[in-house]
Amino acid sequence: MSGYLLNRLGQALFVLWAAFTISFVLLQAMPGDAILIKFQNPELGLNPQQIADIRASYAADSAIWVQYIQTIGRFLTGNFGYSVQVGVPVSTMLAAHLPATLKLASLGFLLAAVFAVVIAFVSSLTPFAWLRGAIQSVPSLFISIPTFWLGIMLIQIFSFRLKLVPVINPGPWQELILPVFTLAVPISAPLAQVLVRNIDDVLTRPFVAVARAKGATRQWVLWRHVAKNALLPTLTIAGVLFGELIAGAVVTETVFGLNGIGGLTGRAVGSQDAAVLQAIVVFSALAFVTINLIVDLLFPVLDPRLRTKAGATA
Amino acid sequence: MSGSNVPHPPVLEVENLSIGYHDGVAHRRVVHDVSFRIDPGEVVALVGESGSGKTTTAQSIIGLLHANGRIDGGSIRLNGTDIARWSDRQLDAVRGAKISLVPQDPASSLNPVKTIGAQVGEILRIHGVASGRDLEAQVISLLGRVGLSEPALRARQYPHELSGGMRQRVLIAIAVALKPQLIIADEPTSALDVTVQKRILDLIDELRTEFGTSVLLVTHDLGVAADRADRLVVLQDGRVQEAGATKVVLAAPRSAYTRQLLADAPSFSAVARKAPATAREKPQASGDDVIIVDGLVQDFVRTDGNGKSFRAVDDLSFRVRRGTTHAIVGESGSGKTTTIRAIVGFQKPTAGRIEIDGTDLSTLRGETLRQFRRKIQLVYQNPYGSLDPRQTVFDIVAEPLLNFAKLARPAREEKVRAILRRVGLPETALDRRPHALSGGQRQRVAIARALVLDPDVVVLDEAVSALDVTVQARILDLLDELQRDLGLTYLFVSHDLAVVRQISDTVSVLKDGRLVDGGTVEDVFERPGSDYTRELINAIPGQKRAALV
Repeated sequence: MSGYLLNRLGQALFVLWAAFTISFVLLQAMPGDAILIKFQNPELGLNPQQIADIRASYAADSAIWVQYIQTIGRFLTGNFGYSVQVGVPVSTMLAAHLPATLKLASLGFLLAAVFAVVIAFVSSLTPFAWLRGAIQSVPSLFISIPTFWLGIMLIQIFSFRLKLVPVINPGPWQELILPVFTLAVPISAPLAQVLVRNIDDVLTRPFVAVARAKGATRQWVLWRHVAKNALLPTLTIAGVLFGELIAGAVVTETVFGLNGIGGLTGRAVGSQDAAVLQAIVVFSALAFVTINLIVDLLFPVLDPRLRTKAGATA
Repeated sequence: MSGSNVPHPPVLEVENLSIGYHDGVAHRRVVHDVSFRIDPGEVVALVGESGSGKTTTAQSIIGLLHANGRIDGGSIRLNGTDIARWSDRQLDAVRGAKISLVPQDPASSLNPVKTIGAQVGEILRIHGVASGRDLEAQVISLLGRVGLSEPALRARQYPHELSGGMRQRVLIAIAVALKPQLIIADEPTSALDVTVQKRILDLIDELRTEFGTSVLLVTHDLGVAADRADRLVVLQDGRVQEAGATKVVLAAPRSAYTRQLLADAPSFSAVARKAPATAREKPQASGDDVIIVDGLVQDFVRTDGNGKSFRAVDDLSFRVRRGTTHAIVGESGSGKTTTIRAIVGFQKPTAGRIEIDGTDLSTLRGETLRQFRRKIQLVYQNPYGSLDPRQTVFDIVAEPLLNFAKLARPAREEKVRAILRRVGLPETALDRRPHALSGGQRQRVAIARALVLDPDVVVLDEAVSALDVTVQARILDLLDELQRDLGLTYLFVSHDLAVVRQISDTVSVLKDGRLVDGGTVEDVFERPGSDYTRELINAIPGQKRAALV
């Protein structure tokens, strides 16, 4: 077990380091930086000497590799630096914006999983070929809807036309209904597609015929034999889709004006606030890596075949 | 024992059964007017080659035809009640309770993520026979009944922790759990080693006598059918060719097809397929040793990381004379495949020496190793997997020439055509792709591909195991003819002793990576030197008939 765990942990750490390094290089490669954007503003009326002093105080012009080592050192001690634009520690900003995004992302993912399971199992259980075809084309539709457009349409229909969900001063849960739905739709599509495929695949396996030969009904076989076998490969996809979830959250938060990491990212990009962006990238990578690590570690728990293999290494 | 003179009604009566599949465009009928019956306690074998409709017939009886299959006509009477047109819901009460199934492939027939106990208990639960502690006790007693050691432990284990033979015992436990009147055994032992096969068939026999159950044995192996069945139903292309008491059919087959099957079944041919031994004596005596394997050891480091290595082949030595056939025999895990991989130079031996045509393999590297591969070619077991589905037959056979011989296109084309003629493929096959060929034709293509470089040695890795007996017989004929004409040396890897006996000159019997017996075919088969070899020989199906004739 320890070998497997160490291997996975090592991979996770490598991904984190790579994400940090690549984003660092890219942020450095951008022309201009946050200091220029903020302090070159003519309204401030600073002369070049003053700007140079400010730059020196931020150590903005030291060699790249020195900055790289310093930044890595700071990140390792939990210090993400200061936002140039706002002048507040980045960790404070993250703490303020993270809860909203976490709530949105986890609820969105949960709803996506529900959508996917419903689509997959209803289409597998339906006795009518036409209905099956219709249900199975839903994911393709879902995947082709742009998130921003879906968000706007939902607001139009449910808030303005039907007046079901208030847009002005909604309650803490009311304000989440439409964004969560918007986020769930594109995430559910690939999940449902993979699940439908896996169910079809498992249904052709000989053990399904054996279960039917025992006298089990179609529903019995689907729930007690097919479900777990089909869900296992879907779990991997779910981990990978977490990336989509982060990207989707940025757009969704912007459309619905939610105060989360997405909004923060948008503003930080606008002002080239490298410290904030760097922290967001590393945080997203950390979340992504952690989720996938959990998925990897969950596999031996769910699949006895992997358990023995992992057990043998202990 | 079948109680044929007692006026019992038959357990199953199939009458004029016709079944077809809808393939999206047309309805294709695959079973035509098949009729047979099974009396209480009787074993009836449905014998046929692939595509004969035997499995389709069996599936329709238990109501498990594929979604696109349909019963077009006829009746299936279970205890006098026609169930051919019953709905799924009605059949659910019959399946498992009245008719049960022992499937073909024990490896994939158990749910990998459920315990053995849960899967055996399931059938009792579905039919509401037992629950709770009672169910647990019944499961354990069933597992003990089918000969599994430590049944309580097995009940908690998962399928992958059991061997193939043990899994098939579990599936048999499921099939007999409710003491059904009829068990459909669909190729129950085709995926198992020959010694395990015998034990499993013995177990089915024993339980059948104990419970008075009838058995419908679906098999391609006439030897198995002859040993186990009271009556035979021979199917070809979805039609019954012949039906009758086993003894009668075997002693005096009426249809030409049955006669053909009997002639081609390796377990029945008393005489060797090869040309008379006298004609072969001379080249053998004068031939040099083309393959010398001396003290071969192959270790594998276990990938699961505890650093311990696993010895797949242990101190194996044998020699093969030019122009002869040497068979390597053994059950799964015996080291056959590892041995041939070392001989063709795919992996470096841990210790020992391999010499092919005077060249020590360990001295070869890079380009010299690549050039060496010309001399030794492989034909694999699975004619479906070993041919690139996107290449035409011409491309497949010509590819080795592109790798080795710098021939102009017309010369290359001529060579490919000649070799395809040699292996008996029609000119029209040149532009076809593998999916448009039959299994036998594909294996001919694989043989042509191996021969196009004029090798000295051809390694036949279970090369005929996946083929129907009649096709297998033609391929064996072809191999023999090619050997005589071209002076080829064969290394024939097989688990099928009946085939080995027919076509080999010398044999090495492997068990757990060690050589347990070796020598000429006559020596090994007539005077086996080890208990294991004796067990292997006794397990060859079809011996009941051999005793009859």
